[in-house]
Amino acid sequence: MSDPGYNPTELLICSSSRLMEDGATAFIGTGIPMLAAMLAQRMHAPNLVAVFEFGGTGAILEELPRAVGERRTFHRALAASGIRDVVEAAQRGFIEYGFLGGAQIDAHGNLNTTTIGDHDHPKVRLPGSGGGNDVGSHCWRTIAIMRHDKQRFVSKVDFITTPGYLQGPGAREAAGLPAGTGPYRVVTNLAVLGYHTESRRMIVLATQPGATLDQVVENTSFELEVADHVDQAAPPSAKELSILRDEIDKDRFYI
Amino acid sequence: MEIIDSGVGPMLQPPDLDAFREFNRRKPKTLIDKRMTEAEAIARFVHDGDYIGTELYGTVRCPMSLVSEIIRQGKKDLRLAGQGVLELDMLIGAGAVKAMDLTYMGLEVYGVSNCLRREVESGRLAPVVEWSNAGIAWRFKAAAMGIPFLPVRSMLGTDTFKYSSAKVVRDPFTGQPVCLLPALILDVGLIHVHRADIHGNAQVDGITGFCAEMARASKRLILSTEKIVPTEEIREHPDRTIIPYYIVDAVVEAPFGSHPGEMAYCYERDEDQIREWVEATKTPETTKAYLDKYIHSLRDHTAYRQRIGAERLQALADQAGGGRS
Repeated sequence: MSDPGYNPTELLICSSSRLMEDGATAFIGTGIPMLAAMLAQRMHAPNLVAVFEFGGTGAILEELPRAVGERRTFHRALAASGIRDVVEAAQRGFIEYGFLGGAQIDAHGNLNTTTIGDHDHPKVRLPGSGGGNDVGSHCWRTIAIMRHDKQRFVSKVDFITTPGYLQGPGAREAAGLPAGTGPYRVVTNLAVLGYHTESRRMIVLATQPGATLDQVVENTSFELEVADHVDQAAPPSAKELSILRDEIDKDRFYI
Repeated sequence: MEIIDSGVGPMLQPPDLDAFREFNRRKPKTLIDKRMTEAEAIARFVHDGDYIGTELYGTVRCPMSLVSEIIRQGKKDLRLAGQGVLELDMLIGAGAVKAMDLTYMGLEVYGVSNCLRREVESGRLAPVVEWSNAGIAWRFKAAAMGIPFLPVRSMLGTDTFKYSSAKVVRDPFTGQPVCLLPALILDVGLIHVHRADIHGNAQVDGITGFCAEMARASKRLILSTEKIVPTEEIREHPDRTIIPYYIVDAVVEAPFGSHPGEMAYCYERDEDQIREWVEATKTPETTKAYLDKYIHSLRDHTAYRQRIGAERLQALADQAGGGRS
């Protein structure tokens, strides 16, 4: 494939950014969601309310944060409180979107950030839930951002750190999770996916520029649902890329 | 209440609320001078095998001078609640940690923790009991309220619950499943603040993380502070006191006490130093060499600041724009 003029990280940032709605509340985690939120505030969503898990609410994201508790997460913010305040706001239904990542995701959007292999004798010990489980439990709509390959898109995650639709339709509610919440989108370097309204399984909505549906299927270990009409997502625009490179991450900390 | 499900994780620190009350009753309520050095505070209040907690978070308002002193004094078999980046990584890298209630232990943008991987994958650090971020904060809140548990809607349906020591019960009012988080009472809490008086009345600027809850969940609380202020200054703005003196056992003056982490409005994080640690953690030998260079070979936090250099620290302060403190 010829050089598209952007790298996979830039593609993930731009795709995620477009899902951020003006005026909506969104939990923003370290890395790609931070860059995407900054880009969204500069493009189409100047009133995006970024909420950071250690207490920053409504920051104006002039500079790129390097950690979820650092000063840029409450720069000229509307409130600087603490972890319980913001997660309890989510538990009361105030936070619309949550952005998540993980080492593994399954067809129902369950995410693993805890261990590869057996929990008590892990092959790889990962960082753990952090705010992931809280975000995935309480936000109305969660969006996972992932690199797309068979090691990450697995039939069964080794550990359900953060709840997706768990075992399928109705399982979240049966477990006691707030009604009407759950996974909404998955943004990858190959596709933008959603969840089938009945089976609650992952469904291909659009392919990323340069990627084919076959590639998406080949890089997924479970069977995907496919929308009747699969869109072709628009590539990052020149404007998005220049904002990203010249304003947001000048030091190339992430991109 | 019908118990629907129980996490299989062991309770590393079973809460004894009546003992906690008795302990708190005996704490001095008069305004005494609690100033001491890191060395005195850690020697007096932190013991091998203790269950400890730190606040805020690894690269942000983290009590690095206190953590360094724990390592310097060779404390061992610690159990801890984390929630951490650099502070816990160094404790784990030093081999001081036996078991953890864990929510997040990683290096954020720099990825997974090599120290945690080595200790857990080898089985030296076990058990590891899982929680969500708010889950740990709520456990502190329950202890801070003096109650045995709090019902929440996090962790339900997941392996994070399964490998915790929480329980799912049927809510006796609605019949819905709800997760009960047991109170977590720390033997010792370690918190770094912007300012405190000699008695331990403390204020922080910017986000408050979970310091209000953790302070109140601590049997012993060691504060380090960027500066010590007159009590009169505290009395002028009593609404700003987030930690009242009667919880506090030690007040340690530690300028740049969060370095290489940041302190909102005071100084920025030191990216070069953080990278040096991340690089060093790649092997046990280089980890040890880092701890030797920046902790064991230095007498105290003043010597550490001299090793980092006044000019470099001033530059970090300048980047933060002068500060409110």
